[in-house]
Amino acid sequence: MSLVKDATGATSLADKNTSVRPVAHRRRGRRDNLAGYLFMSPWLAGFLLLTAGPMIASLYYAFTNYNLFAPPQWVGFDNFTAMFDDPRWQKSVQVTLKYVVIGTPLKLALALAVALLLNQSRRGQGLYRAAFYAPSLIGASVSVGFVWRAIFSDNAVVDKGLGALGLNLGGWIGDPDLILYSLVALTVWQFGAPMVIFLAGLKQVPKELYEAAAVDGAGPLRRFWNITLPMISPVLFFNVLLESIHSFQIFGSAYVVSNTFCGPADATLVYTCYLYQKGFQQSQMGFASAMAWMLLLAVALVTAVLFWSQKKWVHYEEDVK
Amino acid sequence: MTTVTPQVSQSADPRKRTGSIVWHVFAIAVLCVVLYPVVWVIGAAFKPGKTIVGSAQLFPTSPIMDNIKGLGDGIAGISISSFFLNSLFYAGMAVVGVVISSSLTAYAFSKIPFKGRKFFFAMMIGTLLLPYHVLLIPQYVMFQKLDLINTYVPLLAGKFLATEAFFVFLMVQFMRGLPRELDEAAKLDGCGHLRTYWSIVLPLSRPALITSAIFTFINAWNDFMGPLIYLNEPSKYTVSLGLMMFRDQQGISDYGGQIAMAMVALIPVVAFFMAFQRYLIDGMATSGLK
Repeated sequence: MSLVKDATGATSLADKNTSVRPVAHRRRGRRDNLAGYLFMSPWLAGFLLLTAGPMIASLYYAFTNYNLFAPPQWVGFDNFTAMFDDPRWQKSVQVTLKYVVIGTPLKLALALAVALLLNQSRRGQGLYRAAFYAPSLIGASVSVGFVWRAIFSDNAVVDKGLGALGLNLGGWIGDPDLILYSLVALTVWQFGAPMVIFLAGLKQVPKELYEAAAVDGAGPLRRFWNITLPMISPVLFFNVLLESIHSFQIFGSAYVVSNTFCGPADATLVYTCYLYQKGFQQSQMGFASAMAWMLLLAVALVTAVLFWSQKKWVHYEEDVK
Repeated sequence: MTTVTPQVSQSADPRKRTGSIVWHVFAIAVLCVVLYPVVWVIGAAFKPGKTIVGSAQLFPTSPIMDNIKGLGDGIAGISISSFFLNSLFYAGMAVVGVVISSSLTAYAFSKIPFKGRKFFFAMMIGTLLLPYHVLLIPQYVMFQKLDLINTYVPLLAGKFLATEAFFVFLMVQFMRGLPRELDEAAKLDGCGHLRTYWSIVLPLSRPALITSAIFTFINAWNDFMGPLIYLNEPSKYTVSLGLMMFRDQQGISDYGGQIAMAMVALIPVVAFFMAFQRYLIDGMATSGLK
């Protein structure tokens, strides 16, 4: 583990340096500079080696043909034009957008609903909060992927339950029209993380606002719409941003829940599944890098649009007072 | 857990008490739906393989141990304990790496007024939203050239080099909240930065360190894509990959062993969560808000 040595090596250097007492302010400033760089040297090394460097390399690969065994060959925009013409790439974009657009609002709605439920002082609040949060932590594991496959299979619990309600849909896992919705259900099920953030936001809403509204005769729905929602809009904004960016990058559950590679019929071929297949199964590193950059652009676009839309619907405290 | 006092006054009013009962019934009903899959896996692990999918029963009428015992045979000549030890190593080292490197970096960002601090902090925050997939291929190429594929170095390098900005951010937020007087007093007493970091800031930051440690452990335990890409020898596989091997070997519709293994693989995560959930949830809430 040379990396451990790296981190501790850096700190022992810092020790030698900082044990010298400051004599003048000028020297202290210089000492702070050195100490600052030494303390953040693990991060700086990681940033240069594992983030900035790879980003530049990946941008370069995106314009090359690269199969890992021969040196990269410059091909200009060929990867990008090939990508737009590729029906499977189009399919993966479609699948991912469907997943994000349906899953994120449902997840946040459920998170907010449960947060509102838990925002009353009741006995055992902490326990409830923990129990609702649990799926968020285990949901990413392969184990839960297995469970999902089993309960959404043909003739399994979900199938039978819906059958009892008169909806005979059949198993979801083998059905190209339905399997993506089992992944949506999986992400919605992991509503615990945004729920906790909503709860923290709800606690910040001043009680007087509700009291004043109640005096004015506002019903619960009106109070929710005119007080709660605007007051927690910064938290809502944060959750929308985080959850949608996160959803764009779904991989594990699509890979595990599907019986065949991200399918049947490419039905769960989410963007990163296709990227993985291109890069690591077919050794088309150039194409995969081009795909990665399109993902980055998409995420940047979503972030930019959300930040731009912020002034229309996010109210910060200054606006209220 | 936390609200015992208001309860006393509530129960005095019968109308409020009914409201409270309705609330609990409703909350428990929702909870039953949410936790159903977790309970289901426990019951299913003791059902005969062929009946796991078809039966609507949560728990078997006559539980069998075959699935669990079957795990003793291992998968393709590799014992189950091998996967667990690998995962334990990965998750344990990840915790060590993240706690050391992120706390050092966070100390620099929150307590040392050095030139360029704002710039680097902004860079660090910028990486929070960066999709990992952009880095995936060049990192793979780099580790391949360094001949480090099929080792744990690619999986752990980022942890020891503080690339998980979320934890640095969480610790910076926490350290900023510590009273300034403490490190100023330490400075007057002649403590250098290393001393202040080690004896003052680090012990006080325990909640943030514990939160990061638990998140890191659980994330590494659940990690699927990293091991899938970097490990290719079954004896080095983590639990996630072991589970996939199990599925591929047993066929996709024979659930007995798979579900038993899935249940066993969940135990460390659930245990960790139950032991530390307070820290986790508070950490989650504060990191999201401030």
